[in-house]
This record gives sequence, C-alpha cells and structure tokens, in this order.
Amino acid sequence: MAEKLLMKGNEAVAIAAIRCGCDGYFGYPITPQSEVMETLMEEKPWETTGMVVLQAESEVASINMLYGGASCGKKVMTSSSSPGISLMCEGFSYMAGAELPCLVVNVVRGGPGLGSIQASQADYFQATKGGGHGDYQLIVLAPNSVQEMYDFVDLGFELAFKYRNPALILTDGVIGQMMEKVELRPEKKRWTDEEVIKLHGDWATTGKTKDRPQHAITSLALESAVLERFNLRLIEKYKKLNEQEVRFEKTNCDDADYIIIAYGAASRVCEKAVELARSEGIKVGLLRPITLYPFPTKEIQNMAKQLKAILTVEMSAGQMVQDVRLAINGALPVEFFGRLGGIIPTPEEVVAALKKMVK
Amino acid sequence: MKEEIIIAGFGGQGVLSMGKILAYSGIMQDMEVTWMPSYGPEMRGGTANVTVVLSDKRVSSPIVQSYDTVIALNQQSLDKFQQSVKAGGLLLYDPNGITTPPTRKDIKIAKIEAAEEATKLGNSKGYNMIVLGAFLKLKPIVKMENVIKGLKKSIPERHHHLIPMNEQAIERGMGAVEV
Repeated sequence: MAEKLLMKGNEAVAIAAIRCGCDGYFGYPITPQSEVMETLMEEKPWETTGMVVLQAESEVASINMLYGGASCGKKVMTSSSSPGISLMCEGFSYMAGAELPCLVVNVVRGGPGLGSIQASQADYFQATKGGGHGDYQLIVLAPNSVQEMYDFVDLGFELAFKYRNPALILTDGVIGQMMEKVELRPEKKRWTDEEVIKLHGDWATTGKTKDRPQHAITSLALESAVLERFNLRLIEKYKKLNEQEVRFEKTNCDDADYIIIAYGAASRVCEKAVELARSEGIKVGLLRPITLYPFPTKEIQNMAKQLKAILTVEMSAGQMVQDVRLAINGALPVEFFGRLGGIIPTPEEVVAALKKMVK
Repeated sequence: MKEEIIIAGFGGQGVLSMGKILAYSGIMQDMEVTWMPSYGPEMRGGTANVTVVLSDKRVSSPIVQSYDTVIALNQQSLDKFQQSVKAGGLLLYDPNGITTPPTRKDIKIAKIEAAEEATKLGNSKGYNMIVLGAFLKLKPIVKMENVIKGLKKSIPERHHHLIPMNEQAIERGMGAVEV
C-alpha cells in the first residue's frame, strides 16, 4: 500500500504537481495559498523532474506565462487567492479564446476587494459565470478533502488537455490550510519534446516543419462570421463537457425527503449536519457537486422527483443556489443558508436552517 | 471511536506542532484524521489554536463547535473554550498564569504544570510534548509506539536526534498530570 502522509491541502497541490509531470508553475504569493509555492520551492523539482518554479512579478504576469507555456503544449499551472484570481481573469478569457489548456487553483478568501484571509466560497460566480469577458467557460473542480486537492491536480490537467480549455480548482482556506491523510499516486513523467509533438503537435507551437502549416495561437477573429463559427465550436465543446464530465457525490440520498446541496468545505460541515439531522429522524441526504462547471443539473432534476425541498448551503451570499433554482425551475422550494465574511457555518446552524425548511 | 480535540494557547507554545504530532500518530494507528488551524494574522505571543479530529471512520466536519477534549494553555483560551467542552468531556489546562480557574462541574478537569515541568527537565521546548503526555495519560487513544512513529514523521530528519528528548517529555507529562 502506498505511503500515507499528513499534509495541508496547499502542500498536496504542490506535491501532486511535481508527481503528475507538471512542466511549470508560475505564481505570486497570497494568503491563504502561499504554501503551494513555498512547498514547491522547498522540494526544488527543477533538480529532479526539471519542472520550472517561478515567482512572477504579479498575477497578471503569471497567467500570461501560462499562456506562453501552454502554447508550446506544456503542462503549466498557477495558484492564487481571490484578489489575485481577479487579476488573472483577462488571461483566462484569452486562454479560453486561444483554446489553451492550463490549471489554475483558487484558494478562495473573503471578499469583495481585499476582504479577509479567512475561507469563503464567494468566487463561485467568477469561476463558473465568467470573470473574464466573452462567451467562455472554465472547467471547475471543487475538492472537499486534502486527498482530492492532490487528485484533482492530475484530473484538472487531464480535462484541460482533453478539451483544450483552462481548468480551475475552486477551493477555499479551510481545504487549503487543513491537514489530512494523503495517499500518493504513482508518479507520471513529464512529457518529452517528442511526446508533446505526438500528443499536441496538431495545434501547439512545437517548431514548424516543412510538412505542416504554421500554428498560430491567437484569440483574435476580426471577421464576424469566423468568430461566430468559433463561438459555435466552443458551445459544442461545453455541451460535450456537460454530457461527459459531470461529477458529483451522493450521501444518504436513497430514502431522502430533503437534500442539502453543498460543495467544498461547506459540504464537509453539511455531512455532519446530515448525521445530526438523521439522528433526529429527518430523512435528509447530501448532494455534493464535484464539478461546478459542468454543473450536475440533470442529477438535481432526477432527484427532485423524490424530494419535498432542497437546502443549498454556501459560504457566500447565495451563488450556487441560482444554478440549483435554474435546475429545479420552480418545481420545489429551494432554500438557502450561508455565512459570510470568512465565517464557516457550523453543523448545528445548518440543522437549524434545515428544520426551518422542514416545518 | 471519535475524539474531537481543540488545543489552544499562545503562539510559540507549540500548539500547532503538538496537534500535528497527535494527528500523525493517529495515521500511524490507521485512523482518519483532520488538523485544522486557526490561521490569520497570528504571531508569537498572540493566540493560536488547532482542532484535531481522530476517528475510526471518515471525518465529516473538520470544524466543530463542541469538543471531547479542550486543552487550554492560557487564560484567554480557557475562557474562550471552557463552555465548549461536551458534558462528560475533558478540560486539560496549564495553571501557570491562570487567575480564573475552570468552574464547570459536569466535565472532567485536569491540570498539567507543563511550564514548571519543562523547566525541571531543562528542556523548555519540551513544553508541548509534556502537555501531549498528560493528554495521552488521560485519554490513551493512540499507543506510545505510534506516537513515536508520528514524531518521526512530523519532525524533519535532521532533528531526529531530538526524538528521545521528546519521548522523555511525553513520559514526564504522563507522570505529572493531576486530576
């Protein structure tokens, strides 16, 4: 059996990056995710796998370094927290427009503005509805344990390259700062130049040869008809994502009259709330979206048939709840409970909100 | 088995590393664990705390409101968390600098003169291990052999020569705890 280590979510991201064959990390420090780059600097992967780790001069520079690295077909990533991610949004839009794969980790803190350094989930809209401009989507993964922080680095790269689209791990200060047991997965080697050509030679700037046209990486399409064709192609891509990549976890849902929908740190609190409520005889389950984009809309619609009401719990003013209400489309009451400003809801508070809904 | 613990004190007392060693010891005993620090603009002399959950089963919430054990290493922490001990739970505190001792009647209250014992040992850095020893004496949820393994995993290899000193401090705490 693989060795089990105790580490922080942020440390797990760094270790996973090295072990899954990441070519480069470009970042700028910000609480509560600074341990990502700190761990990379301690591990010195440039001496072992050859992975580049660079502290950029700003978040804007980081994301544009990703643009460059990804253009060459390299596995590149960055991490930041809310205010830093806002600075990167222009880059996300350009990378989605140029169909470039990359991995971004947002360890969310309270906002708006500089906000606080405590955990929050108030960047859901930014992650799933844009942030940058134009009709684009990020692939958004929401881990709720340190093991998933580790595993979703590899998964994020896999999806980013499969769909040639930026992927984002949307997590928070709780998951980033807490320590849990992590099982390391088998190491993957970095791609060699030959492998990059073999895998991504049809689009990446791997060096023009006589037998192929040049590869131009751009998001510019001045002709409306050309841009519309491209927009339609992106829509096809997102449709495929919605058909094939939706991930979620259900706990205690089989006989449930009510469900709580929560992701990330809030879902951990709700797991306990479900235990507490069940011990009081309330038939409640938990649906945890693992992919926030694509969102498990169909699953929520399927479950609605057996349910009386849904409670959405977030560490925000109510963002994901809008997607739940869209999915339910008025068929059921959808209530919301949230704490703000970096305060984590307690299981007891969630149970109280649940009882209010059940009554 | 599930044990929800908060360790709270001054920054610099080794609160976070004590929690880490306890959590790693749990892993060595094949338990599920979470370690959740209060993080913020904290500094030496300020307050620091960490919630550790050890369980046979998957741990749901890493943040809880009431605890099986509260370990309070200064007056602020004692005041803040005394009421959060579950009925029948354990409150372990260091009486050094405590002017208002705990008053609850429905919980078990234990004292560890950890600062004094550390001075007697001539090992001021052994403070947190003395507290850990006191806790493990009262709640032997992890075996000593696994605590030593946990220590080895928590401490960088270059400091492994200090493990016997830590072991000694844990044993000192086990002997010095007063119920």
